[in-house]
Amino acid sequence: MSSTATFKIWRGDANGGEFRDYQARVDEGMVVLDAVHQIQAEQAPDMAVRWNCKAGKCGSCSSEINGMPKLMCMTRLSDLPLDQPVTVEPMHTFPIIKDLVTDVAWNYRAKKMIKPFSPRPPDAPDGTWRVAQADIERIQEFRKCIECFLCQNVCHVLREHHLEDKFIGPRLLTFTAALEMHPVDIEDRLYDLRKLDGIGYCNITKCCTKVCPEEIHITDNAIIPLKERVVDRFFDPVTRLMRAITGDGKK
Amino acid sequence: MVQYDTHEHDVLVIGAGGAGLRAAIEASAQGAKVGLVCKSLLGKAHTVMAEGGVAAALANVDDRDNWKVHFADTMRGGQYVNNWRMAELHAKEAPDRVRELEAWGAVFDRTKDGRILQRNFGGHRYPRLAHVGDRTGLEMIRTLQDYGIHKGIDVFMEFTIIGLIKDGARVAGAFAYDRERGLFHLFTARAVVIATGGIGRAYKITSNSWEYTGDGQAMAYDAGADLMDMEFVQFHPTGMVWPLSVAGILVTEGVRGEGGILKNKDGHRFMFDDIPENYRQQTADNEEEGWRYCQGDKNARRPPELLTRDHVARCIVREIKEGRGSPHGGVFLDIAWIKKKIPNAEEHIKRKLPSMYHQFLKLADIDITKVPMEVGPTTHYMMGGIRVDGDSQMSTVPGLFAAGESAAGLHGANRLGGNSLSDLLVFGKRAGEYAAKFAKENGPVAVDQRQIEELGRRALAPFEENSGNHESPYQIQKELQTRMQELVGIVRREDEMNQALELIGELKERAKHVRVEGNRMYNAGWHLSIDLHNLLTVSEAITRAALVRKESRGAHFRDDYPNKDNTLGGFNVVLRKSTEGMKVSMEPLREMPAELKQIIEEQQK
Ligand SMILES: Cc1cc2nc3c(=O)[nH]c(=O)nc-3n(C[C@H](O)[C@H](O)[C@H](O)COP(=O)(O)OP(=O)(O)OC[C@H]3O[C@@H](n4cnc5c(N)ncnc54)[C@H](O)[C@@H]3O)c2cc1C
Ligand code: SF4
Ligand code: SF4
Ligand code: FES
Repeated sequence: MSSTATFKIWRGDANGGEFRDYQARVDEGMVVLDAVHQIQAEQAPDMAVRWNCKAGKCGSCSSEINGMPKLMCMTRLSDLPLDQPVTVEPMHTFPIIKDLVTDVAWNYRAKKMIKPFSPRPPDAPDGTWRVAQADIERIQEFRKCIECFLCQNVCHVLREHHLEDKFIGPRLLTFTAALEMHPVDIEDRLYDLRKLDGIGYCNITKCCTKVCPEEIHITDNAIIPLKERVVDRFFDPVTRLMRAITGDGKK
Repeated sequence: MVQYDTHEHDVLVIGAGGAGLRAAIEASAQGAKVGLVCKSLLGKAHTVMAEGGVAAALANVDDRDNWKVHFADTMRGGQYVNNWRMAELHAKEAPDRVRELEAWGAVFDRTKDGRILQRNFGGHRYPRLAHVGDRTGLEMIRTLQDYGIHKGIDVFMEFTIIGLIKDGARVAGAFAYDRERGLFHLFTARAVVIATGGIGRAYKITSNSWEYTGDGQAMAYDAGADLMDMEFVQFHPTGMVWPLSVAGILVTEGVRGEGGILKNKDGHRFMFDDIPENYRQQTADNEEEGWRYCQGDKNARRPPELLTRDHVARCIVREIKEGRGSPHGGVFLDIAWIKKKIPNAEEHIKRKLPSMYHQFLKLADIDITKVPMEVGPTTHYMMGGIRVDGDSQMSTVPGLFAAGESAAGLHGANRLGGNSLSDLLVFGKRAGEYAAKFAKENGPVAVDQRQIEELGRRALAPFEENSGNHESPYQIQKELQTRMQELVGIVRREDEMNQALELIGELKERAKHVRVEGNRMYNAGWHLSIDLHNLLTVSEAITRAALVRKESRGAHFRDDYPNKDNTLGGFNVVLRKSTEGMKVSMEPLREMPAELKQIIEEQQK
């Protein structure tokens, strides 16, 4: 049983653009990315769109559907009101390249500034570590991240204030949390978090958490604990004093 | 005159999946100046989608495991046409490569005593797959990516290589366009590593993304390198079949590893009906034993659902063909049933198979902790590819290396699950190492302008096409996919494959007249028009190789020759470009050393 629906897709490039209307056939089980592909194959062959896995695993197909930041491949048409046109537009926060494709290179550059994983010496002679499952569960949550950058896209610090040179955003705070809470890692990133990564700019609005397709508790499980560590280190006089006495600077 | 920018490196790596990243990291560690090019953004390559795990005989869960067992399992799975040297190196080196990932920050699931946990998978005798839930590929690619970005590698994201450049017999670099602006780039290099992955997009139902258009295989072939084993295309037994729009998306074998069972519409567990002789001794006699195996009972043998993929896929096809399939043309895969066996089964399933749970709930409204899934075969993996030397991964073209899915040899006629991720690590590293060595030992390259002009002209032709019979690249791709699926799919026949060859010839002609609209900026239609050449080249290679292998072996099944042929089992099919087109030859396997033969015999028991 097939019907049709109208899709308003943003077409254009860095110099500007507009929404254009397309009709697409709708079959059971279709997702927005299927409709976009159908339109691309039959009506708009030069339309630019990123995708890879079509199963919510690669984080390529981020966009804003009816104004909501979403993965196109995981948004089913049956969950949208098809009596009205479905709008599909690129993420707003990042510079437009063309149509639905934005320039997300900043995220890659910013990640490179974060101090990489640095393990303690191995626990066993064969060069391996002994780590309990219970101790890695919380960072395994962060490592589910598919780098769709939807959280970066909605964070007002980036979306409205464009403080990209002062604030690394929720994705990269989650990334840093996975390193800081890694039971084997011995690097110290707290100074950077405060001074370079701008963790203080986050005012815990939780918008990032709401859009994460991997359902990572970005704010509660990653950002807030990092903020607490930063506060303990730099603002809590008792801890500071203790550290001066014991010489213990590590986590 | 074609306009382009030039980039100079010692080693150019094409592809940033597991194999490409590992190769780039190694080449860089050897002191080479490395360029890394990929069609998508970093971290989005196919490797990210791998689910079940990476195979390595770490023996963390079952101490009877060691490289010899892994080697024998790989050879048996590959029906002994594998490159035994690669199978040997792979089994020996995979444990170190996996441990190295952990040293670079990977966070695998743990055993009770805090070591890397391993799970059961089809064709592996012992629990061997290191994993992270069912998102192992993500863990692997992210680890390599986050480690690699600090190693001084020049990364070119969203660049597509359209052909190799040669300096005499030797490779001298590659020619590319960038997606963003559509401009051309020349990469010169003393050594080139191809790590471009597979060919799934030549078929209609596939677990593969748009990237898998056989670019690496086609460019190597065009540059004069041999392709090998192209008839061996793996159809994974369990892809989604419903809704139609998600047909083909993979359902990890991990579901069966955790105890999932296959049933037909009558609720019959059909996998017990047909157990191949050479696996009988290792397969459970009854359902109870199979379950105990999945629970880690070392005295139990594996359930028949965990036989090799080629066999399971064919059993599923048989059930469907004989009218015992599920409503949407598949069979049932049931993991929910384990609630009869263990408490908290729902939580257990969600923890062990989180992304499968998510995938079915989101895409099909199915809660796999409660009801069975519907599944059927999907085009998954190319065992064949660029023919390489087992130790160095160099192709038959000097300075041209290949690793990962784009290379042939390790898997023979059928790949075991989990053996790809380990393949990427072991041979990615080797390719990087030997490419750096080659670059060091060989002088600079000279570039032949005519080759660049030719590649540039061919790439731009679709913009200039204005003959009366022009058509859309999407149309040609669709026809090719549909027909390859029908004619050169799971079950093959001479007459059908001859039809396929005819069609491919016709599509090649028509592809000369594709026309694209718009400009060169991020133009999907243009990109596809360039990919068509590669899709057609690999489709022809698959079909020609499948025609001459007049037997059934591993993933290659011939209706007209349903049995194995011992003589043919002694050969690989090799494809080479010649002035008269694609030349097919049968080349004898190299004789296996006595020690390895002995290992296989001992493990037979
Ligand atoms: C859904 C799914 C699940 C899987 N699960 C498992 C599993 O559990 N265990 C296992 O062992 N294997 C698994 N596999 C198989 C395995 O994931 C792949 O075989 C493997 O990841 C291939 O890695 P690669 O490095 O060879 O190529 P890929 O990871 O595919 O990378 C190819 C790279 O080449 C680039 N490229 C291609 N063409 C060009 C070009 N023309 N120019 C520039 N760059 C180019 C691409 O952009 C990409 O970066 C699975 C596969 C799929 C599809
Ligand atoms: S919680 Fe913080 S990081 Fe997340 S959106 Fe709000 S301000 Fe941004
Ligand atoms: S944290 Fe979530 S929303 Fe942010 S990039 Fe990762 S997966 Fe996307
Ligand atoms: S295509 Fe991979 S997440 Fe949508």
